[in-house]
Amino acid sequence: MYTAEFTYHRAKSLSEALQMLQQNPEAKLLAGGHSLIPAMKLRLATPPALIDISRVPELKGIRREGNTLVIGAATTYYEIETSDLIRQTIPALPEAIEQIGDPMVRNKGTIGGSLAHADPAADLPAVVLALDARLKIQGPSGAKVVDVDSFFQGMFTTAVGQDEILTEIHIPLSSASPSAHAPTQAVRMAYEKFPHPASRYAVAGVAVVIGVSGVRAAFTGAGEHAMRLSKLEQALSGKPLDPQTVEAACQNLVDPAQLMGDHNHSAEYRAHLIDVLAKRALLRLV
Amino acid sequence: MADVTKMVGKAIKRREDPKLIQGRGTFLDDIKLPGMLHAAVVRSPYAHARIKRIDVSRALAYPGVVAVFTGEDMMDINPMPAAWQAGGVKSNAVTPRALAVGKVTHVGDGVALVVAEDRYTARDAVDLVEVEYEPLPAVVDARKATEPGAPLLHEVAPNNICMEWECGSKEKADAAIAGAEVVVKEEIINQRLIPTPMETRGCVARYDVATGEFTLWMTSQAPHVHRLLLTAFVFGIPETKLRCIAPNVGGGFGQKIFCYADYAFTMWAARKLGRPVKYVEDRSENYKASTHGRDHVTEVEIAGTRDGKVTGLRVKTWANLGGYFSTIAGGIPTTLYGRITTGVYKIPAAHVKVWGVYTNTAMVDAYRGAGRPEASYLIERMMDRFAAEIGMDPAEVRRRNFIQPQDFPYDNGLGMLPYDSGNYEPALNKALQMVDYENFRKEQAEARKQGRYLGLGISSYVEICGVAPSAWIGAVGQGWGAGLFESANVRVHLTGKVVVTTGSLPHGQGVETTFAQIVADELGVPYEDVTIEWGDTLAAPFGYGTYGSRSLAVGGTAVHKSVQKIKEKAKIIAAHMLEAAPEDMVFENGKAYVKGSPDKAKTLAEVALQASLAYSLPSGVEPFLDETTYYDPPNCTFPFGTHIAIVEVDTDTGKVDLKRYVAVDDVGNIINPLIVEGQLHGGIAQGVAQALYEHGYYDEDGELRSSNLLEYAVPTAAMLPRYELGHTVTPSPVNPMGVKGAGEAGTIASAQAVMNAVIDALSPFGIKHLQMPATPEKVWRAIQNSRQMGQAAD
Amino acid sequence: MAEKVRISVNVNGVQHEHEVEPRQLLVYYLRETLGLTGTHVGCDTSQCGACTVNVDGKAVKSCTMFAVQADGSRVTTIEGLAKDGNYHPVQEGFWEKHGLQCGFCTPGMIMAAVDLLNKNPNPSEGEIRHALEGNLCRCTGYQNIVLAIQYAAAKLRGEPVTGAVADD
Ligand SMILES: Cc1cc2nc3c(=O)[nH]c(=O)nc-3n(C[C@H](O)[C@H](O)[C@H](O)COP(=O)(O)OP(=O)(O)OC[C@H]3O[C@@H](n4cnc5c(N)ncnc54)[C@H](O)[C@@H]3O)c2cc1C
Ligand code: FES
Ligand code: FES
Repeated sequence: MYTAEFTYHRAKSLSEALQMLQQNPEAKLLAGGHSLIPAMKLRLATPPALIDISRVPELKGIRREGNTLVIGAATTYYEIETSDLIRQTIPALPEAIEQIGDPMVRNKGTIGGSLAHADPAADLPAVVLALDARLKIQGPSGAKVVDVDSFFQGMFTTAVGQDEILTEIHIPLSSASPSAHAPTQAVRMAYEKFPHPASRYAVAGVAVVIGVSGVRAAFTGAGEHAMRLSKLEQALSGKPLDPQTVEAACQNLVDPAQLMGDHNHSAEYRAHLIDVLAKRALLRLV
Repeated sequence: MADVTKMVGKAIKRREDPKLIQGRGTFLDDIKLPGMLHAAVVRSPYAHARIKRIDVSRALAYPGVVAVFTGEDMMDINPMPAAWQAGGVKSNAVTPRALAVGKVTHVGDGVALVVAEDRYTARDAVDLVEVEYEPLPAVVDARKATEPGAPLLHEVAPNNICMEWECGSKEKADAAIAGAEVVVKEEIINQRLIPTPMETRGCVARYDVATGEFTLWMTSQAPHVHRLLLTAFVFGIPETKLRCIAPNVGGGFGQKIFCYADYAFTMWAARKLGRPVKYVEDRSENYKASTHGRDHVTEVEIAGTRDGKVTGLRVKTWANLGGYFSTIAGGIPTTLYGRITTGVYKIPAAHVKVWGVYTNTAMVDAYRGAGRPEASYLIERMMDRFAAEIGMDPAEVRRRNFIQPQDFPYDNGLGMLPYDSGNYEPALNKALQMVDYENFRKEQAEARKQGRYLGLGISSYVEICGVAPSAWIGAVGQGWGAGLFESANVRVHLTGKVVVTTGSLPHGQGVETTFAQIVADELGVPYEDVTIEWGDTLAAPFGYGTYGSRSLAVGGTAVHKSVQKIKEKAKIIAAHMLEAAPEDMVFENGKAYVKGSPDKAKTLAEVALQASLAYSLPSGVEPFLDETTYYDPPNCTFPFGTHIAIVEVDTDTGKVDLKRYVAVDDVGNIINPLIVEGQLHGGIAQGVAQALYEHGYYDEDGELRSSNLLEYAVPTAAMLPRYELGHTVTPSPVNPMGVKGAGEAGTIASAQAVMNAVIDALSPFGIKHLQMPATPEKVWRAIQNSRQMGQAAD
Repeated sequence: MAEKVRISVNVNGVQHEHEVEPRQLLVYYLRETLGLTGTHVGCDTSQCGACTVNVDGKAVKSCTMFAVQADGSRVTTIEGLAKDGNYHPVQEGFWEKHGLQCGFCTPGMIMAAVDLLNKNPNPSEGEIRHALEGNLCRCTGYQNIVLAIQYAAAKLRGEPVTGAVADD
């Protein structure tokens, strides 16, 4: 319940935050704090310094740049949930976020924190994989933009280096027409989650997006990190999306041997859940 | 009584609430004394190990640390007492010491105590205490622990068996089963639960060096009992040297009844250091080191005839006690379980055998319902198994075996006191009617055709409330070797205001409101003029506290009796004031007058003033209206009822959706329906949680996997249904108010209603039983297995 | 000891300035530094919500935030909810509908309910239950808490409400 000691630094700008990271190489960034502080209270994490980026203006906000939706990393779940722009362009994103934790968690937690933390049971990693997002990362020597497929690298490990900051999440809106306001023209996404009864994190979760170039799907909650459901994507490739095809495709999507299990939810069960959730998510869209 | 106030029976809102809804209650951790130190405990990461060496030097050197103690330092006090050893305790019960000495027996066992200037520092220093352990093999399952070759926890208890107990007639049960038309056998596990009051446990100890007196603020359901046990047994000091105070208590559910090691080490440290010390466990410590509940492994056989008569019951239960014997652990799986395993049914032959077993787990003691939920679950699950076996409707099987109204008082042959009163069938019928039983069965059949699996589960229960009669519970060798009466003092101050002091210790039950309602009505004074006090051993008369649904039936009756004594005395004084004969007086609606002339009456306030001024009292009458009662009831009360759950199972994921929950309870007369309903809701929620969500799970190595709220699934609002309540009223003849008690009924009735519904839903798959909790994976696997075996309905 | 940080926080309308240790959680700042003990601690994993307070208009778990993060913020705790001696409608609802027993979860529940009604003045029963997923109550089984919030919602919308009545 009581964290170890640390020094606290609040960054006022992105450059200041990067500087502070340089000066405190073992520091951790503090965004919403809703993954980091629980870990610190159990002393599973004992960073000597925290750099608070929650008030860095460059990391906040939601905007549209042409056919891309840009979300600042320190934007809270609540801000995303209630954004008109997001409701119009990706209405399923607020629905997915609604399933994260509880209202207090969503008032504080940030999209960047969730992605950078890469908890194997977190929801948004699967969602951004399905959305084919790109992640903008700022380091001491400049910015890079990485593909979501190379972002998640292991359990709690991402493409963000120790001296870097995830600054923006870019989501392509290519499947929606640029001026679209009608939901039918919005990104066709669905997220299905099977929450853990106590932690509320995902025992398994599946996100699917039906885009112009086919289906993208990803799962979370069972592997080392969120991953694409390539078997499903291939099975549906070039096929008409009807319930029969979906039903037939959602079989043994992942090998239980690749998954984690515990006494409540074995790997085999989670693999089965992924089939069920993928089917349910797709059936909501076809 | 004529109706002037008529508070009793009304749904009035609680007087305890204004403070609590404004955040102005005082809970344990809100207490802050000048110079107070904070204690933190070094706890064993091993389930079973010898302590080879403890090095406290680094911790001691940490700035802000005042002292570090180990178990060896505290050898001048005794281990915790075993207050209720029950009949079958074979050897001296091994109870915990203030801190472990030589060896630890479960993960979380306390090994050293750090005392520091603040809680952060204390926690820091915990990591600096170096303990060298020699790990030993562990065992967590009670039945396995009795098998040859199992790791042994305590030399004095061979095969880890601490007690061996039985009730009923073995010969009769054996004969009934041998000659039966139908016998159904099952293994039933009542899983371990963690009570989880939302406030964890803790205490603040202060020692007055000048007088040698302790004051102990504690999260306690029974401060008087704690005072007695800590002084007489642990510290060996006079009882008067300790004052125990329970402030607002944030839920207990049993867990705050017991005498814990932390009370002892906190007091010990406060005395040693001459400064007040606070210890508050965090949630993970609460899970590892405070008591758990249930954890039975049972082999059961039920016998009967093809036309639905149950003729015999044979039960063997391995009850897990944990690493040590907790305060009243002996009574829970014996008296409060074995003696009520036949439930609401007339079963002519029954035998129950129980082994109480040490394992490398946290101690097990009473948790809401304490023994009775285990008994009720067992018999109700078996009634359904029996009904399914003979192909009879489960409601009908229950009807055919109910104890009948004319059978009361009813002796069940298991050494229980006779059931006081009951009428079981109307409660069942009412519940069936509330769910529209006939219609449901049609709907269920229709749904199955569409591949949807609905199920309905019935639970008819009886429970033991007002756990008290000292002649029974106190009997040496069986009971807990002490009385279990309750006390109440009622005083009418000279202004006419009434002050009631009770030995009960309310922590959410609304006792303050209920007791005031009773007193207002009985004395005919305004409800606002009645004050209820409790919780401080200095102020309140000796009482045994609040648990076992005793507050109203026992504590409330003590209040009621004191009020009657006040009325008698008021009549005597008023007679003197009116120059009349006491025997001609009546006391009604707050006034005393001569029978037939109510116009010339003395109000209670006038009498109280006279009694206080005391210059003109009848000879031999003491001043002041002040009466105390120690009430020891002749019997327990036996609330009963029927609960019905309706579920739908998602066969794809195995998830159970609890769609409806109907409860018909008979708790005798009701003082405040709002409060009774609240108690039932909360109780039902805990039973539903057992059926579907909660499991205090240890792995084979003795690691507690559900070690905090991230893993242990205390249900949220979204995981529980709306409860539909109904009542029947059969007043208890045991006490003058005809009340039975409602604190545990909900929990005792509910788990099996839900499980019976789950199994009913799954019956097309040939599934006959599942162990709790019915988690999605467990249900899904059962369906998979049956599909693989070609049993499937679909 | 790590260097202390100066913070300025408005709590229940009163401006406070303190030097705090960075690791002091907001809940302990409120409870121990300011003596506002109505905000409770029920767990160590951010699950129970007993510590819920309002920071800058939104409900947060004060055990999952350091006091330094609240620098410059406006905080409302349960103690600051009643105005001019009048209960907030949510407090009133909890009393009228018997929405509490031991009262330990209650301050957090009330603060979470206030947040819900700020965001959604007319929630369905399902929405209320969903919005309470971060608040555990072990006593009430939640039904009367739901009724209490419905009562408060109606009252805040200016609709008539009925007080304490039993269910059947
Ligand atoms: C009770 C509870 C329930 C929860 N339930 C869920 C759930 O159901 N589903 C779910 O997905 N999550 C859940 N969470 C986690 C929650 O979503 C977290 O808020 C989120 O995972 C992390 O975001 P944050 O802003 O709080 O990050 P923080 O905790 O501040 O940071 C997390 C990690 O990411 C790093 N970091 C943060 N921002 C950046 C950045 N911009 N660049 C680089 N590194 C960065 C930090 O240094 C830290 O290591 C729950 C949390 C709680 C307390
Ligand atoms: S104390 Fe439990 S969530 Fe904050
Ligand atoms: S009222 Fe006791 S925990 Fe909610």
